[in-house]
Amino acid sequence: MARFGFILILTGFLITAFGNLPAAADGVPVPTLAKPLGEQCVEPKDYMRRNHMDLLKHQRDETLREGVRGKKYSWKGCVECHAAKHPKIAEGKIRTLYPFCAQCHHYAAVKIDCVSCHSTVAQGNEPMKFSTNEEEEAQKLLSMMKGHLGGETSQ
Amino acid sequence: MKPMRMLEIDGKSNGYWGLIGLFGLLILIALGSVYYMEHNGHWVTGMSNQIVWGTPHVFAVFLIVAASGALNVASIASVFGKPMYKPLSPLSALLALALLAGGLAVLVLDLGRPDRLIVAMTHYNFKSIFAWNIYLYTGFFAIVGVYLWFLLEKKMNPHSSKIGTFAFLWRLALTTGTGSIFGFLVARQAYDAAIMAPMFIIMSFSYGLAIYLLVLMALYNWTGRDLGDFVIDKLRGLLVVFIAGALYMAVVQHLTNLYATEHHAVERFILLEGGIYTTAFWVGQVLIGSLFPLFLLLYPGTRNSRQAIGLACLLVVAGGLAQMYVTIIGGQAFPLILFPGMEVSSSFFDGQVGSYAPSAPEVGLGIGGIAIALLLVTIGVKFLKFTPETLGDAAMDPHFKAE
Amino acid sequence: MSDENLQDSARRKFLTGLAAMSTLAVAPGVTLIAPAQAAGASSDVRWGMLIDVNKCKSECDKCVGACATENGLKSHDRPATDPQWIRKVTVKDPKSGNEKSLPVMCQHCANPPCADVCPTGASFKRADGIVLVDRHICIGCRYCMMACPYKARSFVHEDVKGQKPYMPRGKGTVEACTLCVHRIDDGRLPACVETCDTGALVFGDLNDPNSGISKAVAEFGATRIRADLGLDPGVMYQGI
Repeated sequence: MARFGFILILTGFLITAFGNLPAAADGVPVPTLAKPLGEQCVEPKDYMRRNHMDLLKHQRDETLREGVRGKKYSWKGCVECHAAKHPKIAEGKIRTLYPFCAQCHHYAAVKIDCVSCHSTVAQGNEPMKFSTNEEEEAQKLLSMMKGHLGGETSQ
Repeated sequence: MKPMRMLEIDGKSNGYWGLIGLFGLLILIALGSVYYMEHNGHWVTGMSNQIVWGTPHVFAVFLIVAASGALNVASIASVFGKPMYKPLSPLSALLALALLAGGLAVLVLDLGRPDRLIVAMTHYNFKSIFAWNIYLYTGFFAIVGVYLWFLLEKKMNPHSSKIGTFAFLWRLALTTGTGSIFGFLVARQAYDAAIMAPMFIIMSFSYGLAIYLLVLMALYNWTGRDLGDFVIDKLRGLLVVFIAGALYMAVVQHLTNLYATEHHAVERFILLEGGIYTTAFWVGQVLIGSLFPLFLLLYPGTRNSRQAIGLACLLVVAGGLAQMYVTIIGGQAFPLILFPGMEVSSSFFDGQVGSYAPSAPEVGLGIGGIAIALLLVTIGVKFLKFTPETLGDAAMDPHFKAE
Repeated sequence: MSDENLQDSARRKFLTGLAAMSTLAVAPGVTLIAPAQAAGASSDVRWGMLIDVNKCKSECDKCVGACATENGLKSHDRPATDPQWIRKVTVKDPKSGNEKSLPVMCQHCANPPCADVCPTGASFKRADGIVLVDRHICIGCRYCMMACPYKARSFVHEDVKGQKPYMPRGKGTVEACTLCVHRIDDGRLPACVETCDTGALVFGDLNDPNSGISKAVAEFGATRIRADLGLDPGVMYQGI
């Protein structure tokens, strides 16, 4: 009985570990992401992969309820950089989120509510400029200084 | 009264499975209706920017109001200490929970964004009576759930009067909250009245007891158990009082409105010129829902007949739905008065009576709510001991003399 | 740890604290020159609109068209369920026969009943007086539509495509005139005000006694629709 259980668990482990290789001819194609405008994203790539949803969610309330516009993490700002042209969409004439955001979202099967209301089409042809948030910079400066001078962690 | 044995029902007959099948089918139809409405958007329903709440809300509010009243029988036992009602209490609590579940299901599934139910349960604006209602409804489930446990578990029985009183007060708050949904709307001529809350409470007594009686009679008839005239007669007398009370509230509401010149236009609409709403009021709410049942329940030739009493209960339910229709839809159909005394017209239907016709998916959803409630009762009585072994006169009537 | 090290670390802490305090002292001064956008809406301002009904031509509905174009409102030829954020209302006195035409939209009340009844708080009043729907948390219950005395709100009855990027809107939520909040925050006028060629629509800050709107109200007076409800709307009318 125990041996059977062990074989079962081993099989499960093997399937999980090695069963997820990129599909060959079947399954959802591995995402190929279009190049965004601008030199770099508002935050590092790895950070954005994990946290872009939280940044958007936090900023939406600031923008809508408090009327604070032009900060770093606005939806519109993301769209203006990340929207790209694609031959299948409107004969390649308009920039949409299909070639970038939709690629990973389709692959991971994460359907987001945002696009039921928010436009996924870029308006301009340049990345949006966001207002400099002096306070944010000051905070960054402060934490950098704390790191250099020591503080509690240097013991 | 000697302790009554409480039983499950067998639930193996063809009739039983037929009932389960019927309710299941109605629920499937309701789910299909919901999918159709959500997928296409509400333009496929009869609701519009003029009549924003339609047939689903008629059914939902009716079920929620009836749910609160269905607990009455248990309250009479626990709060007012009448021994005859004690064996009737568990079924009363079950019915209350089931009706509320059905009503809330319909309400939630008609939302524009039912996928945001979690949002509704985590973001609260406490100036809104809706927000309070969310707590009152979910609290009702919890409290009546505990109450039911106290009623069914022998060793908790002595404590049932405390929780029963708490449940009684809670449901008064709940029904006040439901009536206040309309009572707090200052903008509309047909609402904005303090009487809405107490009127809804008396309505709940009437609808809840009518449904309870129907379920009780059906349960005992279809399982071949004894349901004596003593119990039926007591409940009949109670129902008469509640129907009369609800009618009284409606009379006071309309008489008060008729006194104020400001409200003459809306009263003229409801009572005289409103077409379907006038018919639903006089024929539905007053005649079918109040006067005819009162006659059946009081006239010596019919008051002892099971069929007549059952018919009276059905008529009360029909009249209740008609009253909800007049209140909810009629109240919206009457145009908002932006410029008192003026004739108004626009591209947004200002000054016009709103036109509304129930659409099939709305009715499907509403009936699905009733099916959910009855399905829960049908399943409940099979698996738990809700049914007293006998409600015959010998067991229930303290003055019973064997012939 | 030796005494010397402890002393050093204490000094370090003191210097750090001093540096931190000086940065914080300087930082607020630095933020003073940040653009006003980053500060958001403020209750120092109360946006309002004044409508001179005498200047409003009954056959003209340019404001309605401008609003629809600006906000991406599409007609589906279903007038009962199509959104309408602003509409021209014809008001006729049955006794004298006198007829007027005026635009009616969300009145942006200071005590909005729609915000009172919204269960999730999606219907809210921004600090500068604009009443909005937070469509992120709107559950589509339509209670606000029941509560509004002006029938200002519309429910989105179908899927929406081709939204304007500054005006997200979608099926299942409630919406109304936003006083073109995206334009106001950019220092421009609402679309209806900009389009009106008779000057019937005046927009401005009601809290500023020197603004055009405040002066006009002070000199010629203004009435509000259903003023008896005590909602203190920000939209006022002259000539009704």
